[in-house]
This record gives sequence, structure tokens and C-alpha cells, in this order.
Amino acid sequence: MHISAQDSSVGTDLPLDWIQAEVAALKVKPGPLLPILHSIRDRLGYIPEEAVPIIAEGLQITRAEVHGVISFYHDFNTAPIGRHRLQICRAEACQARGCRSLETHAKAKLGIDYHQTTADGEFTLEPVYCLGNCATGPSVRLDNDIHGRVTAKRLDALLGQAATVPLTLQPLAEEPES
Amino acid sequence: MTRIYVPRDTTALSLGADEVAAKLEQGCAERNLGVELVRNGSRGLFWLEPLLEVETDQGRIAYGPVAPEDIPALLDEGLLNGRPGHPLYRGPTEEIPYLKKQQRLTFARAGITDPVSLDDYIRHGGYVGLRKALAKIAQEIVDEVKTSGLRGRGGAAFPAGIKWQTVLDADARTPNSPYSKRKFIVCNADEGDSGTFADRLVMEADPFMLIEGMTIAGLAVGADTGFIYLRSEYPVAHQILNEAIARAEEVGYLGDNVLNSGKAFHLEVRLGAGAYICGEETSLLDSLEGKRGQVRVKPPLPALKGAFGQPTVVNNVLTLAAVPFILAEGGQAYADYGMGRSRGTLPFQLTGNIERGGVVELAFGITLRELLEDFGGGTASGRPMRAVQVGGPLGAYMPESQWDTPLDYEAFSEVGAVVGHGGIVVFDDTVDMLDQARFAMEFCAIESCGKCTPCRIGSTRGVEVIDRIRANEQRDDNLILLRDLCDTLEDGSLCAMGGMTPNPVRSALQYFPDDFYRDPTTASNTTREEA
Ligand SMILES: Cc1cc2nc3c(=O)[nH]c(=O)nc-3n(C[C@H](O)[C@H](O)[C@H](O)COP(=O)(O)O)c2cc1C
Ligand code: SF4
Ligand code: FES
Repeated sequence: MHISAQDSSVGTDLPLDWIQAEVAALKVKPGPLLPILHSIRDRLGYIPEEAVPIIAEGLQITRAEVHGVISFYHDFNTAPIGRHRLQICRAEACQARGCRSLETHAKAKLGIDYHQTTADGEFTLEPVYCLGNCATGPSVRLDNDIHGRVTAKRLDALLGQAATVPLTLQPLAEEPES
Repeated sequence: MTRIYVPRDTTALSLGADEVAAKLEQGCAERNLGVELVRNGSRGLFWLEPLLEVETDQGRIAYGPVAPEDIPALLDEGLLNGRPGHPLYRGPTEEIPYLKKQQRLTFARAGITDPVSLDDYIRHGGYVGLRKALAKIAQEIVDEVKTSGLRGRGGAAFPAGIKWQTVLDADARTPNSPYSKRKFIVCNADEGDSGTFADRLVMEADPFMLIEGMTIAGLAVGADTGFIYLRSEYPVAHQILNEAIARAEEVGYLGDNVLNSGKAFHLEVRLGAGAYICGEETSLLDSLEGKRGQVRVKPPLPALKGAFGQPTVVNNVLTLAAVPFILAEGGQAYADYGMGRSRGTLPFQLTGNIERGGVVELAFGITLRELLEDFGGGTASGRPMRAVQVGGPLGAYMPESQWDTPLDYEAFSEVGAVVGHGGIVVFDDTVDMLDQARFAMEFCAIESCGKCTPCRIGSTRGVEVIDRIRANEQRDDNLILLRDLCDTLEDGSLCAMGGMTPNPVRSALQYFPDDFYRDPTTASNTTREEA
């Protein structure tokens, strides 16, 4: 499976009606907030500010409460991401297999730091703390696929396959995100 | 038709199992060979993944690790007959010493069956435990679990039977609550510890066992609903669990009337959202309720006031997965394994810089060295082993002088270490233990729930202090400060996140002091992460 589902990009009209319908459909569950946020993130790649009042109203809680929950969890980024999300495992078992140099390589290759997106909108880089693939590290997750024993060369190949435009070796921008 | 198995667990997939399967189908089609391809779970011999197995008259024959480009030669050299000769030939799977020497109770079916085939599950002894449980009253089920001596596998090692008893006895009436009179089973599948994947493998290789264990727990305490709180870092487990739950519902193993017993049990997977602290049970419950995952002050115990304010069993995946065996074979059969007060088996997870990484399920009591050497085969890099972190990011780094400690909760605690969830992370001699201590503090700073000042602020201070030690700025004073910070974290933290972060830091200081006195102008052993 090679899923890169996010249909988000800056400037696109947000599907606010869909968000409203999703809130209505999921609010019957006990503890519906995380399932709602996950559903939005799955579709858009992030939680837009505009979703907050819709969720708050649907669940009869304050906007501050919704914000509080969104900001607590690493998964719920509030800015749009690139077409692909690349997560590099930074945890101990992958450290023992060289993830520190892999992350240095990835940052240099993409020209960005963690939580940033390449200027061409292709990749967003994020840290992750264990993917449960600790016997065959270093591990990365590219969208929904997890890869093991990832060398710098292998990472370049994975990024090359995923990219819609050819990757350049230079940093793509000095300040990819302000 | 020859049956061939290609695993579909995360690790096999991460090493190209899908490509192997595709190449195999293509190769067979080209050669007009009729095969039935089964996507099994993994045996947990991750060093051999993708491990391809073929069913023959002599049992299942293993080949691994197979790359897609190996397939044509394998087929031409008699793969379908299980013929030896090819360098990847491993002989009968069950005879591979790594597997043969294990005592598999929880992982007895892992890799043998198709994880989402209920028929397979039942053919291999599945649902015997539930049927026996249905013939018992609730107290008898709880008694069986008590007899087994099973202790929680999530880290704290609390006796499962005693927890269940508390929930069974709890008064579930809560005036004005829509959940009044209800109880819940919550499976902790947050498995956040680096160096662990046993929960994942249960869910990906044998999900019905977890479903059965939770159903039995429901019968034991009178709960009609269960939640599996699964970390979002496990997309494959998520998919397989959902498939398995749907099948169990279709045929009445889950639902309003479990096996026509008149008892209901419903099960739902809930995804976490990338927060380590949500593995802590009270934080997990808040998260499940849709709140910030902050740790609750105990009491009240979750057993009395847990999910949605109702009495709740919170157990780790492995704890619940041990239950079908206990009910099927009897609590005593389980208690017959182990040592001291650590009964039964624990799936140890060999990870990091290790030649043969994977799941090794054994009775408690084996020494760390036996695991590292006999099973693990030393480091993957071929360099000397230097430090081993057991029990996740809050566990101590153990030097070679401690490797003869038997894996037993009490024996480990005597040397200041923890068994935890059984994760074992191996480092070779290129490791810089100052880097590791720094990471422990950094991780605490990133993952703290924010409730306690020492944990939230002290950990960030810890990173700064370690950076000064590295830079040789007032090194001796800062080393004292670091120890003081560890004391403050230990004393002033509500939960083990802050309270146990000192474990890796102190053990690094105590057993690997040289790394804290390096000349700052020379590079450290490893490429350093610049903050
Ligand atoms: C910081 C922290 C993280 C934890 N993470 C997990 C986890 O990922 N999985 C787990 O089962 N238990 C975890 N625990 C332990 C749980 O709080 C709890 O003890 C466990 O779920 C109870 O189940 P058990 O008795 O079956 O082990 C964690 C505890 C702490 C303090
Ligand atoms: S020790 Fe840390 S994680 Fe635990 S409750 Fe306190 S702040 Fe939260
Ligand atoms: S530590 Fe990287 S996958 Fe577990």
C-alpha cells in the first residue's frame, strides 16, 4: 500500500460541510473528540483553525477545550503539510543503528528541519519515537509505509520514488517556513 | 496446490515482504506453478525477514531473508518442494534453534496462521478458553487468573487477578451518568517504549487471541464493552485489528450475544495521537475520553473509577493475550513456568544493534547474557557490546558486569534496573553514554504531560546541564547539579515519566563515567544531534 492521501494544500477551499457532517456522525461515540480529529487529519493532513468552532459547537464544549486537546498531541499539527509526511524514528533502538546520522542526512537532503515542509510542498519532516520496528532499524515512516534498515542511500531512493518532481541534492530553500 | 507463506507484519513489510510476494506470484505464473499464497503473521524471527515458508510433507520449510530478486533462483532451485541447496534455505522452520529453544505460550500461533482467518485461529486452539469461561461464573474466571500468578506486562507488574477482582466487586452505579452500571475493559496498546514490539506482533500475527482475552475479561468482571487504545504509529496493526474484529462480529464471537450466551461484548479500536505519556493508564483514560492525556492523581483507582467514570480493567496487550491460554489450560499450567514471583513467560524483544533481533518468548529466569549471546548472536556491527538498556526509555543502561542478572522482576529491581515490557536495546562500543543520558532528559521534556514542574522544567534543565558537562563548563559543579536534578525528578513527579527518567541518566553516570569527562574538542563517538 502506498497511501499519500492528504488532499490539502494551502489555498484550497476547506471542506467545512464535510467536517460538520463528520462531527455529527462521530459524536454519538463515547469520547468522540480524538476520532473526529483523526478523521480530519486523515483527510486534510492537519487540523485547520476553521474546524475548531465546528467541533466545539457539535460537541457542546468550549473552543479553548478543543484547542487544549489539539495542542497536547504531536499528531495534530495545525498547519498544512506537504504531499508526503516523512517521519524518522529518533528513539533508542534506532539510535543504536545510526538514526542520528540518518536524520542529519535527511535534513540536509531536504533542506529543512523537523516540523518544516520543503519549498516545493513535497515533504514534511517529523520526528517519531518508535515505530515498533526496533530489531531492524533505523526505521522511517513515509505516509503509511514503514521502512526498516534505512541507509542514507535507501532514504534517497524512497524520497525519489515518492517525489512528484525530481529531487535536487541542494537544500531547496534557506527558510522553508517562517 | 502448494501453500506458501509470506508474512504481512510491520517488520516483514518494512523489509519488502509485499515486493517479495508480488515477485513470487509473478514467478509462479510465468512458470505455470499453482500456489496458494498465504499472508501470515511473522514468527518474530526478524533477522530472517522476509521469511518465506513453504508447506511440504516434512512440515514448513523456511527461506530467509528473501529479497525480491532472489525469487527466480529460488523457484528454479526447487523452492516449492522445500529443497535445500539455496543459500537462503533454513530448513524446517520449527527446527531453527532460535525458535525451537523458546517456550511459546503467547506466541504459539504467531506466524503459523493467517492473522485474520478465524478458521485458522480455531483450528489452532483458539476460542477454547472463551468456551471454558462461558461455562464458569465470573468469580471462577477471576480465580483462574489469580492461580496463574499473571502479573501485568505493561511495566508495573501488578497481579492481574487482583485488579480483576477489584473491578468485579466494584459498584458501578453512578447517579446521573449515562454510563451508570457499566464497566469497561481497556487494552493498553500504546506500546511506547523504544525496543518493544511484542504487543504489535500479537495484534498483527494473532489478533483473535487479544480479542478472546478481552472477551474473557469482560465476562470475568461484567463489562460489555472494550476499547483497544492503539498508538497511531502502528498502521498495520490498526488495519489487521479492525479486520479481525469485523470477522469476529460477523460470526457472533463479538456482539450483543456472544456465542449465544446472552452476554454482550463489543470491541472498538481507538487511536492515540503520538503521545508517549498516554501509555500511562490514567492519562490513557483521559485521552480515550477525548481530553488532554494528563496523568490523574490516584486514588481513585481506574479499577473503581476508570473510563467514563466507571469501573475499568486496564491491562496491557500481553496481559490480556495470556488469558486465553490460562482459561484453556488452567491457571496452574501457566504458573508452572517462571521463577519466584514472576510466573509464566515473557516475550523478550531483542533490538538495536543486535545480529539476530526478534521476539524471544521464555519463562522468567533466563539471564540477559544468554539472551544477548545465545539468541542475539552479538552485535550487528560486529563490534563489542557496551551497554544494554532494558525496559524502555525509563529503564537503566546496564553494563557488562550486570548481564548475568536473571530476567525476573525482583532480581532486576535489586540491581536498580527494570524488566518493564521486556524490551532489550543493545549498543556497541561506539555509543556515547552522555548522548544517551541527554536523550533521556530530552525525551522527558518532549513527552512530559506538563503536570509536575520537575518533570516539565527539570528535564529541560537536565539537557542544558548535560550540554555544559559536555562543553566542560564547570564540569564538576554541573555533575553535582545533574545528580540533584535526578533526585528532584524522582521525588517531585506524580508518575514514572518524571520519576524514572533518572534511571537511564544515573546508570550512564555510574557505569560509564568516562563519557562525561571527554575532551570537548574531540568528537563524540556518534554523530551528534544538534539541538
Ligand atoms: C510513562 C508511562 C508509560 C507507560 N506506557 C505503557 C504502555 O505503553 N503500555 C502499557 O501497557 N503500559 C504502560 N504503562 C503502564 C500503565 O500505566 C499500566 O500500568 C498498565 O497499562 C496496566 O496494565 P498491566 O497491569 O496489564 O501491565 C506506562 C506507565 C507509565 C508511567
Ligand atoms: S511526572 Fe511528568 S508525565 Fe508524570 S504526571 Fe508529572 S508531569 Fe506528567
Ligand atoms: S526505536 Fe525506532 S522503531 Fe523502535
